[in-house]
Amino acid sequence: MGHRVWSLLFLSVPIWGIGSIVWAIADLPGMERHWLPANINDYGQVIDSLFNFILYLTGAIFIGTGLVQFWFLWKYDAQSNDEPIKFVHGNHALELIWSLLPAVTLLFISFVQLNAWADQKMRRPILSAGPDGVEGTADDILKPPLVEVTGRQFEWRYRYAGKDGVIGTRDDVHGVSELVLPMDEDVVLAIKSEDVLHSFFLPNLRVKQDVVPGMKQFVWFRANQAGIYDIVCAELCGWGHYKMRGLLRVVPSQEDFDQWLQTAYEAQELKSYTPDEEAE
Amino acid sequence: MSTTSVASPGHAETGSSMSVGDFVRTYVFSLDHKIIGLQFLFSTLLWFLVGGLLALGIRWQLAWPWETMPVIGPMLFSGGASASNMGGQISPEFYTMLFTMHATVMIFLVIIPILAGAFGNYLIPLMIGADDMAFPTLNMLSYWFMWPAFICFGASFFVAGNGAASGWTSYPPLSSVPEAAPSSGDAQTLWLLAVTSVGIASMLGSVNYMTTIIQMRAPGMTMFRLPMTIWAMFITALLQAFALPVLTSAGVMQLADRLVGTGFFVPEGLIVNNSEPASGGGQPLLWQHLFWFYSHPAVYIMILPAMGMVSDIISCFSRKPIFGYKPMVYAICGIAGLGFIVWGHHMFVSGMNPFLGMTFMTATMFIALPSAVKTFNWLGTIWGGKLQFTTPMLFALSFVSMFVIGGLSGIFMAATPVDIFIHDTYFIVAHFHYVLFAGTAMAVFGSIYFWFPKMFGRLMNERWGKVHFFFTFLFLNGTFYPMHILGAVGFPRRLADPYHYQTFAHLQPMNQFMTICAIGMVSVQVIFAVNFFYSIFFGPAVGRNPWNANSLEWCAPSPPGHGNFDFQPIVYRGPYEYGSPEVDTDYYPQWQAPPEATETAAEPS
Ligand SMILES: [Cu+2]
Ligand SMILES: [Cu+2]
Repeated sequence: MGHRVWSLLFLSVPIWGIGSIVWAIADLPGMERHWLPANINDYGQVIDSLFNFILYLTGAIFIGTGLVQFWFLWKYDAQSNDEPIKFVHGNHALELIWSLLPAVTLLFISFVQLNAWADQKMRRPILSAGPDGVEGTADDILKPPLVEVTGRQFEWRYRYAGKDGVIGTRDDVHGVSELVLPMDEDVVLAIKSEDVLHSFFLPNLRVKQDVVPGMKQFVWFRANQAGIYDIVCAELCGWGHYKMRGLLRVVPSQEDFDQWLQTAYEAQELKSYTPDEEAE
Repeated sequence: MSTTSVASPGHAETGSSMSVGDFVRTYVFSLDHKIIGLQFLFSTLLWFLVGGLLALGIRWQLAWPWETMPVIGPMLFSGGASASNMGGQISPEFYTMLFTMHATVMIFLVIIPILAGAFGNYLIPLMIGADDMAFPTLNMLSYWFMWPAFICFGASFFVAGNGAASGWTSYPPLSSVPEAAPSSGDAQTLWLLAVTSVGIASMLGSVNYMTTIIQMRAPGMTMFRLPMTIWAMFITALLQAFALPVLTSAGVMQLADRLVGTGFFVPEGLIVNNSEPASGGGQPLLWQHLFWFYSHPAVYIMILPAMGMVSDIISCFSRKPIFGYKPMVYAICGIAGLGFIVWGHHMFVSGMNPFLGMTFMTATMFIALPSAVKTFNWLGTIWGGKLQFTTPMLFALSFVSMFVIGGLSGIFMAATPVDIFIHDTYFIVAHFHYVLFAGTAMAVFGSIYFWFPKMFGRLMNERWGKVHFFFTFLFLNGTFYPMHILGAVGFPRRLADPYHYQTFAHLQPMNQFMTICAIGMVSVQVIFAVNFFYSIFFGPAVGRNPWNANSLEWCAPSPPGHGNFDFQPIVYRGPYEYGSPEVDTDYYPQWQAPPEATETAAEPS
């Protein structure tokens, strides 16, 4: 085979690599989305920005190293290169440059994301500033969870706090599979597992949290678009893992949500009506 | 050094008048590092086939879920081992087993033992100029301890559940509570026993490699004259020695949880699927910490030797010294050192304290640095050389090209906020297949083509080698590259049928394309297999140094006899003096005495 073929084969790596990603991002008319699914979480935007930033950065390095490798293969092919080889064992200055440049870049990436990470996993929304009157301190009153989500082989169960805003009381509303939540509100969910590990994954909200038996996790987000979205189990939980699907229904406002909750509560009471309860 | 001299006069005829006892001592319970290396090579290549077929099962289900596999499906499932397998489809239980055992086989029975066991064993004594390993009996045991693992993994397919199915990561409670899944019973016990035995085998090997490299180098072979392959094997052995005990202990702890009622990994009172309530107050995350404390360094156990071998191949076929030898060595050490403090990046969304996530993230970011340094130095090596596009060189070059992709995609998942989205999606699957298949497996193919003449005294066919390379390269990118795109949509791993989610329903055509590429990729390995076995017997015979290479193994006969060298090699220089102005040839072997010292050098007769 012609010796140039191999250089060209290696050139095709960045061409196809970048080409297919551009195709996926382009969202051509008539094509379903092959890239990040629509983000409907106010707090998820920062994840997408970070993803894109790393994509551009690594994309540039990918193209750069790909082209350099192609060019060297093309130029220094033994069959066409008549010059004597460059008999060198390295270059101190070059080593310094290509160590320090990536080091600074990596340090930069590490720092820019710290805040985003803290927002996603450490700074749970608060109700009020607490006794000291300053927000962001240890005595802040944290927003209580609106729903307790329980993963079990192979379904998601929900327990809404009800009118009193507290989970574990008599006015809690129970649900399976479909989770209803209000739009444009900070929502905190407490998630736990009843049996093995599961992972609560909301692709459209950029939320993912493993649930571990014996521990309780919290996730929070602020949905900004009404609609029905997938809830995915993202941690292997047994043979039925693939079918552990839930649905998230975001309703347009807090009022809609309160109304839905009231209806659900009444339906539940009707179903579980017993003479004993009436006597209370 | 003449390149035309043929096989060793002293040791080639051992096979002529051999008794059964001799045969067993020479080829079965052999103490010779070369035979042990070849035993590892043949065993792992066989398991490579098994692992590849398991992968095709996964790909079939992802492309055409719940459809009968042509030909194989009815054969495999007609017995009706479980009712859901009837009709020749893959059942969800079976699918879960497929990806568990695919990963298990590929990691524990292919990649780790083919690098350290096959190439480490074969090359270390030859490349440092020793007649064998420091502890030959230990070495033999390191191979034979693989057999309990082969048997246990093999047997696990035939007990209840038909193979372990809680992922190669075996996260409790799914893995440790027998009631949690049909395959969490005996199959999981066998899985744990097998992993323990692989651990013992690797441990025996690593002690031997370290001792041999430190103690048994030929005169003149200083540490900084070692080929990169040996440096990589040395650091790999260190990693194994320090990380493996943790996995082995964790495995024993999980066995104890299952068999004698301890409670390391399961919280107090847990009931899974009507099991007895657990006692002991354990923590599922403890397993994850212990598991990844080994399994992250294991990632480097699975790539460093490949990097070393690729460095040697690239320098040889660039006919030029390796660029930045010492920075390359330091980079390996850097990767190994940092490798011990990054395990938590597998646990960013596990429920581990998010503060810890921050420190693991920073350390993980910085592990990209030595990898970048290595890549730049490989590019520096081909710069200004005279490149020979032989089959091993093509595989080595593709390692560099593909490792760039695998390395860069790692930065996405090191970034904790991004990892929230891509964790446990196909983005991760893309990443580690670019590192482990497109990287390590391609390096292994290159190394087989490169050292084959030393192992068997014959060359593999170059033309068919290039055909093998070309199609493997094409198909692997067709199989693995689209996984990045799937991952960006959030497509989760380990789902038997992802298409009932509205978010992923439209991704089936892309998966079908990938499956077709995967079938192509496995099929073209037939070319390799035929070339390999044909060449062992009928390939063109070669002399000691067919590639005009510099390192010590090339001064031994091909194949080397017992004791390796028919003269005492003395090392005068580093292994990368290609194109040195001091000599007329374009290579200057480590064992060739400088002109003024000719009379004192020990040359082969
Ligand atoms: Cu699951
Ligand atoms: Cu890791």
